[in-house]
Amino acid sequence: MIPISYYLILSTIIFAISIAGIFINRKNILILLMSLELMFLSVNFNLITLGNYLGDLTGQVFVFFVLTVVAAESAIGLALLIVLFRNKKSIDVDDLSELKG
Amino acid sequence: MNIELITFFIFSFLLIFTCLKVVTSSNPVLSAVNLVFSFFLSAVLWLLLGAEFLSIILILVYVGAVMVLFLFVVMMLDINIAKKSAAYINYLPLGIGIFIAFNAIIIFFFINTFENIDYNAVKNIEIISKSNTENLGYLLFTKYLVEFEIAGLILLLGIISAIVLTYKKNPKNKYQNPTKQISVTKKDRLKVITGLKE
Repeated sequence: MIPISYYLILSTIIFAISIAGIFINRKNILILLMSLELMFLSVNFNLITLGNYLGDLTGQVFVFFVLTVVAAESAIGLALLIVLFRNKKSIDVDDLSELKG
Repeated sequence: MNIELITFFIFSFLLIFTCLKVVTSSNPVLSAVNLVFSFFLSAVLWLLLGAEFLSIILILVYVGAVMVLFLFVVMMLDINIAKKSAAYINYLPLGIGIFIAFNAIIIFFFINTFENIDYNAVKNIEIISKSNTENLGYLLFTKYLVEFEIAGLILLLGIISAIVLTYKKNPKNKYQNPTKQISVTKKDRLKVITGLKE
């Protein structure tokens, strides 16, 4: 049996990669959304791992709901992205600074 | 070194590699394809964890629907492939620093915490069959029925908001305006002409 800490470390590494990706890719909202997907993936990894090792199926049920919410979220995010591109002709985060405060 | 551990190591290293490719590649199409790869690899790892239904769902729903949506959007948007900009270089040390700090803290915590834990502490689940899918379906339709229906509502919300956001009226076509039709009164349609005696 694989030790639980291996899985948790793997999901931590994926989470850290996606956080670093959000910091690195400031130019492209599309890659920011993909980093967000990776983040959700690592969270799902944690839920499934702990659910499996504790012998509880609730973690998998929760992953099911997370997948549902992420599907809706990415659909809405991509729709917003398309509207943004239609209005601004760019998906750069720096071009979004409309509010001058 | 048993076969399970070898599988885990191969697929987890590939997974980390593809995740790095997602984050660092400058072409969004390559990023999306690498994200698809990483979903496949993590589906294999979920199979190792005994979550068969969810690993199939990950491939069918994620790779089949969400990632195809991503690819469609990438191809629709007609973005010129951005060269590695100055911002990328500026934020690269920050990104690497956050990566290392986060990993150091949390991996230290995990190694110390989960060494000798009693994995059989919680066994409160009623297992009705050997099949993972059957157990999950049983739980979903009994204990978590309300949450299941709320999930359906969230999907409906996603559909409606995506359509409303991206719907563009074509001025060439003729449309009905239901709001205007409903709010019509007698005065708007009927014109009473008086004073026509002769």
